[in-house]
Amino acid sequence: MPAPLSILGISAFYHDAAAALIIDGEIIAAAQEERFTREKHTAAFPVHAIRYCLAEGGLLVDDLDAVVFYDKPLLKFERLLETYYAHAPRGLMSFLKAMPVWLHEKLFLKKLMRDGLAEVSAYDRKALTLLFSEHHLSHAASAFFPSPYETAAILTIDGVGEWATASICHGQGSSIQTLQELRFPHSVGLLYSAFTYFLGFKVNSGEYKLMGLAPYGDPESAETLGFVKKIKEHLVVIHEDGSIQLQQSYFRYATRLRMIDERRWAALFGMPRRLPESKIDQHHANLALAIQQVTEDIVLQMARNALALTQEEHLCLAGGVALNCVANGKLDRANLFESCFIQPAAGDAGGALGAALAVYHMHFKKGRSPQAPDGLKGSLLGPSYSNEEVNKMNRKQGWDAQFFESETDLVKTTAELLADGLVVGWFQGRMEYGPRALGNRSILADPRTPGMQQTLNLKIKFRERFRPFAPAVLEEDSGSLFALDHASPYMLMTAEVVHSARTALPPQFKDLPWQEKLQVGLSEVSAVTHVDYSARVQTVDSHRNPRFHKLLLAFKTLTKCPALVNTSFNVRGEPIVCTPEDAYACFIATGMDALVINDYLYLKQESKAH
Amino acid sequence: MREFLQDMWGFLSERKKFWLVPIIIVLLLVGALLVLGGGSAISPFIYTLF
Repeated sequence: MPAPLSILGISAFYHDAAAALIIDGEIIAAAQEERFTREKHTAAFPVHAIRYCLAEGGLLVDDLDAVVFYDKPLLKFERLLETYYAHAPRGLMSFLKAMPVWLHEKLFLKKLMRDGLAEVSAYDRKALTLLFSEHHLSHAASAFFPSPYETAAILTIDGVGEWATASICHGQGSSIQTLQELRFPHSVGLLYSAFTYFLGFKVNSGEYKLMGLAPYGDPESAETLGFVKKIKEHLVVIHEDGSIQLQQSYFRYATRLRMIDERRWAALFGMPRRLPESKIDQHHANLALAIQQVTEDIVLQMARNALALTQEEHLCLAGGVALNCVANGKLDRANLFESCFIQPAAGDAGGALGAALAVYHMHFKKGRSPQAPDGLKGSLLGPSYSNEEVNKMNRKQGWDAQFFESETDLVKTTAELLADGLVVGWFQGRMEYGPRALGNRSILADPRTPGMQQTLNLKIKFRERFRPFAPAVLEEDSGSLFALDHASPYMLMTAEVVHSARTALPPQFKDLPWQEKLQVGLSEVSAVTHVDYSARVQTVDSHRNPRFHKLLLAFKTLTKCPALVNTSFNVRGEPIVCTPEDAYACFIATGMDALVINDYLYLKQESKAH
Repeated sequence: MREFLQDMWGFLSERKKFWLVPIIIVLLLVGALLVLGGGSAISPFIYTLF
């Protein structure tokens, strides 16, 4: 029998550093470095994530057949030099700031990686095979290879990789062929990020906020329609094949350390850039809606082109823009493809996995057998902790916990707490890979409770009150609440709440200020119904996450409601919790009422009466 | 450094971008000065394009 082929994928040095290990094509482990170091979106070489992945696979660095980095630094350097050369002498300051980073570090990536791996364990440097995969190929591979499809169209869209900012590829068996690329400086991701910046959110992490704000915009108002027109006339030309051209006179990211020309944008939209944390008004919401709509138009157009080029029935999606679940929902409802598979770690963290899979199938030329429902194991690819470890922690710290021998009793008790309106931290099994909590590092609550959205936002997550929450719903019952005719296991698609679950709106709801719309319960699951009746649905099945499925069943038995609020187990600005200690610290520091870690239940004093 | 120079030459040959050679040489000299001078690498703060 041949020795197993072990490949470690790494993403690092830009943002969302991560590591992924595959052995003989099977995904063994994958995790983001931020979860271990507690620095959100960290760019650091993922020593901790690598250490974890190797431990999960029972390997040392010396056992690896290849280590692969998720993009090609020299190609990126070429883009940088050519861009500066083309714009010189403009961009000199930016050039002088960027170059030291390259000359100190990024040009010598091989050395950096070898040194980084030496921190994990001692190994033979000469024997190490170090490979590099193109950024968008890594994204494409991360979506196609774990997908259940033998062949598919692949669409990747993000800010920028080396040169490419979006690509259309054709996945067939164990190969991926790039058919078309959109190249820097024209980029859908950078366009969206430019608006994220203009609306006062942080580039690279505030894009979710912009997406959450957009539904408060008034789609019929003259202002929103005007914004859309201005964006299309002045900022971006959308071609028939979905490629775009950004009018560079409005942007600054190519040569400066700023996204946009703020003065020109202020003149164009008739308002200054919103300062971070300042008041959000209707104009901001309308502008957020306008760019969201334009983004959806572009994504749809690109998908149409992918269909025309490949004539495939299925689509795979990855890249940061694929985390825009509103656009994904629109794409789904457009019915261009029979089905769609989106990589849950669609951003750069997922590049680590994609790079490893690309090398396995395309460099080592190993065959592929698509798996149903997919090869991602529910994206539960991170570390887990045993009851013994949790018990040891309890004794060491003197934490009071109730142990449940029976899983049935545990889920029943938890469901009762949730039905009583309590907010429960739910920590189980292996940690999720990607930005979404899918029921193993989640904060759960009853979606029917009036005011739950604001309670969660203000007392538990400490984040902006407008931000929506997502439902986790029993897959078999999802149709009773949401207009969704297929599974959505990774919470990457919005769907509308069905009419039968909606409540009557107060008169003049449409004319209410957007902040007041927050107070109105729109459906029987109001905490997970956004102002436009959309919900970012996660369907839960007994195959991918059996215990979470049992909890939802127990909650449904008690309440007849098959859904729970499922939000990530963290507070604003922090990564999702990784260890039981992280979870307990978050539990104590927030207004959470109860915490379940594996088979242990923790209650705050005031919650013990329940 | 030798490995880097080999990689860079291979890359430039493959991409047929020999016109970048003078720029890269100047940059490497500047880089050497930076290293000798102990200058710090300041990461661009706005977007990780670099």
